[in-house]
Amino acid sequence: MLYREAGQFKTTYAADQQIFPIRQDRIGIIALLVVAFIGVPLFASEYWFSAILIPFLIFALAAIGLNVLTGYAGQLSLGSAAFMAVGAYAAYNFQLRIEGIPILVSFVLAGLTAAGVGILFGLPSLRIKGFYLAVATLAAQFFIVWCLTKFPWLSNNSSSGVISTQKLIFFGHELTTPVEKYLLVLSVVVVLALAAKNMVRSSTGRAWMAVRDMDVAASVIGIKLMPTKLLAFAVSSFYCGVAGAMYAFCYLGSVEPDGFSLEMSFKILFMIIIGGVGSIMGSFLGAAFILLLPIFLDVALPFVADLFGLPFASATVSHIQITVFGALIMFFLIVEPHGLARLWQIAKEKLRLWPFPH
Amino acid sequence: MNFFLEVLIGGLLSGVMYALVALGFVMIYKASGVFNFAQGAMVYLAALSVVGCIEKGAPLWLAIILAFGIMTLFGIATEKFVLRKLVNQPPIALFMATIGLAFFIEGVAPMIFGSDPRALELGIVDEPIPWVLDNWNMVISKFDLVAAGVAGVLVATLALFFQYTRVGRALRAVADDHQAALSIGIPLQHIWAIVWGVAGFVALVAGMMWGARNGVQFALTFTALKALPVLILGGFTSVPGAIVGGLIIGASEKLAEIYIPPVMQNMFGGNFGGIEGWFPYVLALLFLLVRPEGLFGEKHIDRV
Repeated sequence: MLYREAGQFKTTYAADQQIFPIRQDRIGIIALLVVAFIGVPLFASEYWFSAILIPFLIFALAAIGLNVLTGYAGQLSLGSAAFMAVGAYAAYNFQLRIEGIPILVSFVLAGLTAAGVGILFGLPSLRIKGFYLAVATLAAQFFIVWCLTKFPWLSNNSSSGVISTQKLIFFGHELTTPVEKYLLVLSVVVVLALAAKNMVRSSTGRAWMAVRDMDVAASVIGIKLMPTKLLAFAVSSFYCGVAGAMYAFCYLGSVEPDGFSLEMSFKILFMIIIGGVGSIMGSFLGAAFILLLPIFLDVALPFVADLFGLPFASATVSHIQITVFGALIMFFLIVEPHGLARLWQIAKEKLRLWPFPH
Repeated sequence: MNFFLEVLIGGLLSGVMYALVALGFVMIYKASGVFNFAQGAMVYLAALSVVGCIEKGAPLWLAIILAFGIMTLFGIATEKFVLRKLVNQPPIALFMATIGLAFFIEGVAPMIFGSDPRALELGIVDEPIPWVLDNWNMVISKFDLVAAGVAGVLVATLALFFQYTRVGRALRAVADDHQAALSIGIPLQHIWAIVWGVAGFVALVAGMMWGARNGVQFALTFTALKALPVLILGGFTSVPGAIVGGLIIGASEKLAEIYIPPVMQNMFGGNFGGIEGWFPYVLALLFLLVRPEGLFGEKHIDRV
């Protein structure tokens, strides 16, 4: 009853082609943005900002990046954390070496640097496919982290490559509180997510999907494989790079190369599997799920242990976490290979008929 | 020259250890087209169950048999509860499921058998062979030689098994074409269960070798990461490829570790050790640019 598009006629091309063609969706998105920009800063606590909301937004952005590459262009990558590392270190170096560069500019430049590196490591995708490529992206993961550790120039000669980020100066005003950082991250993520949403329904996005579904067929119908694949790598790495820059500047404040480990790449991969491969919204859902699950288990497990009188060592808790994680991944793949985003879609289909089933 | 040879032989022998892990990948990929990322975790599980059984008081031979039982059961369970439900999903979904499986094992195995690092005694000492040391002044470990011998026997057994037994023929048929194999009456699910059992056995051998060498600990799961470049270099579908790839990766990795960092140090200054983390990958990557299917992989023909 509430969610029904009957009676919404499109009279112009512009109206027909807008991102959210259904009025309820538009209202929903605007409401969500209002809550995120105004409601949340009014009510959330400092812990929520710095431990949950900021990392959630950053990882959602990285997940969008990986989703562009894996979900839309079909090139499985296991090196997304390395591209985040490139972004983080590039932003640090731009801040360090160029006097008075605005923070947003350095974020964009960091993204572009990551995009360049991404193109470099995307080149093999023109020859290699499938699992061979997935393993090849591991080369990026290990090589980049090694480079950041071993070349002292990149971390301004600090020992073992640890960098402490500079102050966040935004138009002459220093951002120090979590709320301000949250608003900065949120704005960047919203802009980039909308851009991604638009990109995947443009001709570029359709070309990516054609390549994903079958690249020989795609090249037969006139899609140039090389620019299409490389663009996917570039865009994906750009998103990961910006996410990495914000990870360093707005979330942790001090990062080391080893922090951007293979484990983090897997985490981002799990976000898009659980959220939904080939869905922008899925990236957000997946990021929320993967970040909240450990927090939830941390709270829930001692409670369960008390209930049954079992003594849980902290090592056991982390083992149970990993187990549940793995089991959930398999469970999701078996039950709903298209992830949480698909569940949302099914819910919408149901809503259209609700409460009258005919 | 002696030093070069010593590094080379040491590298070749450690390459055999990588090949042991890579073999498990090849088995499963060949028979079911699944890229089993959990192979490293299976190596860990196998080594842990051997050590765990010994701790409970079983003698070594019994522990090995018990561990083999555990691995087989585990393989059958994986086939039944995970892979069978994912039939007809794209390979990428199966791959991700095996990543999930890897996490699952990494959580469950230490909960059952304990997570602290332990030594595994197989009765082979890791010391240089005196005769080689005296005559050529080279350090070649006995243990590495035994490991190489074990790997050789394993590969020969697998090759014979694939070539001459009924089950082996069925395995090859399934690897070639699932549908055709089904239509001539080969029970696909039995075959998959057998394959996972065999992969479990390979993991057991690898786990014992690696465990005896480096101790049974969580780091055993990283053997998978060592095996991946071997795998892409040799080709996913080739048993000899795994061995040859292992030898190439092992040798070049050790040589590079010795000879490249000093060169880079001269050029840039600073310390450039630890390149063996990425060097095999970059080597395999460069190699793939020339031969996208690896050394012995099947050439893939795309049809629209």
